[in-house]
Amino acid sequence: MDPIAFDIAHMFAGGLVLVSFLLLYQDRLYALLNMFAVQALVLALSVSWQAYIQQAPHLYITAVITLIFKGIVIPYALHRIVARLGIHREVEVVVGAVPTMVAGIALVALSMVVMLRVTQHADALAREDLAFALSVVLLGLLMMVTRNNAVSQVVGFMSLENGLILAATGAKGMPLVVEISIGFSVLIALIVVGIFLFRIRERFDSVDVQALDESRGKGR
Amino acid sequence: MIGDLSGLVGEFAIQISQMLLVLLLAPLLTGFVRKVKARLLRRRGPPLLQPYWDLAKLARKEAIVAESASWLFRGIPYLVFAMTWVAAALVPTFGTGLLFSWSADLIAIIALLGGARFFLALAGMDVGTSFGGLGSSREMMFATLAEPALIMIVFTLALIAGSTQLSTVAEFMLSPDVGLRISLALALVALVIVALAENARIPVDNPATHLELTMVHEAMVLEYSGRHLAMIDLSAQIKLLLYVSLIACVFAPFGLAPVAASFSAHMFGVVAYVGKLAFAGLMLALFETSVAKMRVFRVPDFIGVALMLGLLATLLRFMSRGF
Repeated sequence: MDPIAFDIAHMFAGGLVLVSFLLLYQDRLYALLNMFAVQALVLALSVSWQAYIQQAPHLYITAVITLIFKGIVIPYALHRIVARLGIHREVEVVVGAVPTMVAGIALVALSMVVMLRVTQHADALAREDLAFALSVVLLGLLMMVTRNNAVSQVVGFMSLENGLILAATGAKGMPLVVEISIGFSVLIALIVVGIFLFRIRERFDSVDVQALDESRGKGR
Repeated sequence: MIGDLSGLVGEFAIQISQMLLVLLLAPLLTGFVRKVKARLLRRRGPPLLQPYWDLAKLARKEAIVAESASWLFRGIPYLVFAMTWVAAALVPTFGTGLLFSWSADLIAIIALLGGARFFLALAGMDVGTSFGGLGSSREMMFATLAEPALIMIVFTLALIAGSTQLSTVAEFMLSPDVGLRISLALALVALVIVALAENARIPVDNPATHLELTMVHEAMVLEYSGRHLAMIDLSAQIKLLLYVSLIACVFAPFGLAPVAASFSAHMFGVVAYVGKLAFAGLMLALFETSVAKMRVFRVPDFIGVALMLGLLATLLRFMSRGF
């Protein structure tokens, strides 16, 4: 393969990991949502570059779905939810920035060690896409673990899903039907989560999921 | 001057002229940044050459030394100045054919700067006043994050270019093999953050303030006066120039005259170098006027980003070509 094409693919996939780190670093909700939109944009660029070098036109559709749903619709809807819930000024510090970063770096190193060992005979591009995708998934999980606010946990979940899409585009031959259905299931997840958020707020007067720990499941 | 500079004499001449150039340009860069900042705030600002007059004035004045200060306190300004100057002389500014190019290792430069910082912090504690100790402890707190970040950046560069020697790195960056690498972009951002922190620029420390609770570098050197202060100020200015030259040499090495190039190539190198300095000064002034200073205890988060980027750059570099 042309080295510059490989370098560009590497740059986009690496950029996705970097944006995942920036997601971890944000402590304001609006900044977090904007960064999530940026992540979707980088993912769309990465996917369309893959479509170009693999000559797989259906990947362009994936890129467009990603850009429209995750880059515009979901961040906009979450913006509305945050504004309606009146939590846009909340600052959450559960685990400090530095320990989170250290944990994140450790996870990236782990996923590289694991993936490069496992996929020794695969194509270079697929190898590195899988390693980066695993790091994005793990960073999304880390985000869900280190945050208390339900909205940031949703963002963590969605960024995890971005990692899955990166993995799927790197591995050749994923059918378009699957991708479209993933796109819609994410949208449905958003609707469910939106309703759920309002229900949590109604019940506990906050969207801090620690409030759920104390609930014993009594009826109303 | 002969048209063809080659051999030991030529390298020696380039080395000497580079040492003089960094010494002469350092106060000018500081003056330029101050002037641009003042103009951006719609003030007239001091003249460009003011740092030179300040240094000359300080050098003429009587040096007052605290009673409790030891011999270390008087010796350190000269030591710090020497270490910083040597470090600055090792970074290729306009040509790579330096006499000491074989020793111009990035790690040696970091060691020299780290040594200078260590002695300065020692001097801050030596006088026994509370401000000096406070400044030293803060400086060291920042350094514990900034130095590993710098080392990680060096690792990334060394892995990509295959050498820690600055002249080799610069030549590699000019060659087409460099490609498009995200590791380099991350390393650049990390290096800029480290440079801002190490030179006590705005988000970390304000170089223009003397407000006790916010200052870091100024608190450490508060007890110095006269010619000692002149030495300290000049080494701080050289350090700023050094970081700008380092960034320019690694990430924008165009115009750098190769080994045994002609005299005109070297002259072009000087012009390109001055242009790069002016651009960096403008950017620094713009950045400093558009951000606010951070609280001291937020600073480790800021420098931690540099460390994180450095680590990530190294990891991504491993990714791109396998283990």
